Amino acid sequence: MDRVGKLGECAYYSWRKSMNGITPKEYRERTEPAPPFKMHIVSYRLGDTFYCIVDNVDPGANIARAEAPTREEAESTAIAKAKERLEYSASRVQKT
Amino acid sequence: MAQDKYAHPEVLADTSWADQHKEDPNVRIVEVDVDTKAYEDGHIPGAIGWNWQTQLSDSVRRDLVPKAELEKLLGESGIDDNTTILLYGDNNNWFAAWAFWQLKIYGHKDVRLINGGRKKWIAEGRSLTKDIPKIANKIYRAPSPDFSIRAYLQDILKAVDDGKKVALVDVRSGDEYTGKILSPPGLPETCQRGGHVPKAVNVPWGKNVNDDGTFKSVDELRSLYEPLGVRSDKDVVAYCRIGERSSLTWFALKYLLGYSKVKNYDGSWTEWGNLVNAPITRGERA
Repeated sequence: MDRVGKLGECAYYSWRKSMNGITPKEYRERTEPAPPFKMHIVSYRLGDTFYCIVDNVDPGANIARAEAPTREEAESTAIAKAKERLEYSASRVQKT
Repeated sequence: MAQDKYAHPEVLADTSWADQHKEDPNVRIVEVDVDTKAYEDGHIPGAIGWNWQTQLSDSVRRDLVPKAELEKLLGESGIDDNTTILLYGDNNNWFAAWAFWQLKIYGHKDVRLINGGRKKWIAEGRSLTKDIPKIANKIYRAPSPDFSIRAYLQDILKAVDDGKKVALVDVRSGDEYTGKILSPPGLPETCQRGGHVPKAVNVPWGKNVNDDGTFKSVDELRSLYEPLGVRSDKDVVAYCRIGERSSLTWFALKYLLGYSKVKNYDGSWTEWGNLVNAPITRGERA
């Protein structure tokens, strides 16, 4: 910003670039069992990086995430974290 | 479109409208996530991120953000009284809805949720950036807070005594409601005991939305609530674990179905499930 609050030329090009953004590609989602619960796995690529987010299906809270250069790495890291957390929850299931 | 029949369709923006208005100087897009790192992974170009834990809460008192701090946050976010605030986030807008609820308590006129939230935006392949926008500060002055849309512990105690006048809606998962689990699988437990508030009906938040994260139609929403006695002529209180999932249900009941007497109990199960000698029902599902 310049002193009158208007974008100077360099600032304008920087702002313009940031507004263009990058398009997420190769979006994929699936559900896998993690007894007695389930995992919903979402992954996509943004630029050179794959992102993976795992939620617990019911109620749908995100429980793990990871990023890596390949989908396989991102998913395996996020799934491993999610399984560890779900295993703890499974050990805490109450009798009703 | 399903949106046309909502009581207040103006509080929802679809992803294409948000995409078209992301450079609109009268619109400020704000991402509020459960996972406070999600914004850094990529966000809508021009959007700013609010951290619900540090910027939208008083973590010492376990309370809403104080008025003066909210005014500072909004001013630093380039928002004034006339700005349209477009909120979105992960987990189907859980904390975006919570931010919406707080902004309504503090009287902001034009707040909207992006229908479908972060999930739909990404699934549609809309652009993301990691650049944080530079924003010119504004001055924001909020009116006195309106707590008529917030339920407190004493409201719930009264509702338990007279369940005919107040419909309590537990929006957690069935397993949380019955007490089989003390928290959503994979998340920390925040209560000593499981179960639900006596007389509360269970309508998990996810029933409000379609697979793509957008809200269901008016007819579908009505058919979820009315058969369980959650009707527009009643006082209704929604709760969950910490008040964010129930913000989404509060939003659906108040703005999509047009219920006028709906409150969000943000103390929720984290408060009730830790009380000494409070009545709790376990193992039943409506």
